[in-house]
Amino acid sequence: MRNVIALLCGLVFGVGLAVSGMTDTAKVLGFLDVLGNWTPDLAFVIGAAVCVILITFPFVMRRKSPLMSLRFLLPTTKFINGQLVGGAALYGIGWGLYGYFPGSAMSSLLYQDWKTAIFVAAMLIGMALANKVSAN
Amino acid sequence: MVPYITPLIGGVLIGISAFFLLFFLGRIAGVDGVVWGAVSAQPDNAWRWLFVVGLVLGPLLYHTLLDTPYPQASPLQWWHAAIGGLLVGFGVKLGSGFTSSQGVLGIVWFSARYLVAAVIFMSTGIATLYAIRHLVPGL
Repeated sequence: MRNVIALLCGLVFGVGLAVSGMTDTAKVLGFLDVLGNWTPDLAFVIGAAVCVILITFPFVMRRKSPLMSLRFLLPTTKFINGQLVGGAALYGIGWGLYGYFPGSAMSSLLYQDWKTAIFVAAMLIGMALANKVSAN
Repeated sequence: MVPYITPLIGGVLIGISAFFLLFFLGRIAGVDGVVWGAVSAQPDNAWRWLFVVGLVLGPLLYHTLLDTPYPQASPLQWWHAAIGGLLVGFGVKLGSGFTSSQGVLGIVWFSARYLVAAVIFMSTGIATLYAIRHLVPGL
């Protein structure tokens, strides 16, 4: 049952990305083109998603544990450090270069453009490298 | 037609997905974390792979059912994709999650940390795009 929920969550997430145009690199890059031809779509996507979370979050908080797992696994880091700042800076450059973030890149694999596969492969290599760096 | 209705609908769906994953499985729907967990062979992994399968099939469902064309393939070069992917993957892991995991859920309870990250990646993103489109055409 957990697996069915995970598949459905992925599906809904993927539909959401496609509906909102976030699998279109032109639209995602357009959000960064504030000095040119700005497309604000991404702001509406995030705004709507945040509203849903704000409305539904109390239902999560009321529970001691999730419905189908032993406990909630939430990120625990709260501090702002060099890794956050450096990571965010590099992430922004990567985003501005090609127009994908991890979710949109994964969903766009459907379109079978080989450059998307390159992006995803490079992303995984990047993650592995970052793991090495933070472990040291 | 309400302006920006499709981004709003998409955002609502993404929010619902994040809520369900948290409510049922107790997990944050950060795509970077789920994908990394899947390929790095964490224990109890099936749900991660299925989430990723859903992520790829979701757009198929949308484009098929609503008969909408696929977005145009990026006109950029393969090395844009390679360097872009490398930096996104490296950055997101170093900063432990930005867009879906922190951007959506993070706004709710990690606001300071997220806000700092968002200001930084927006700034470097805008600067990068500006450089490519307006300063060094052909880069």
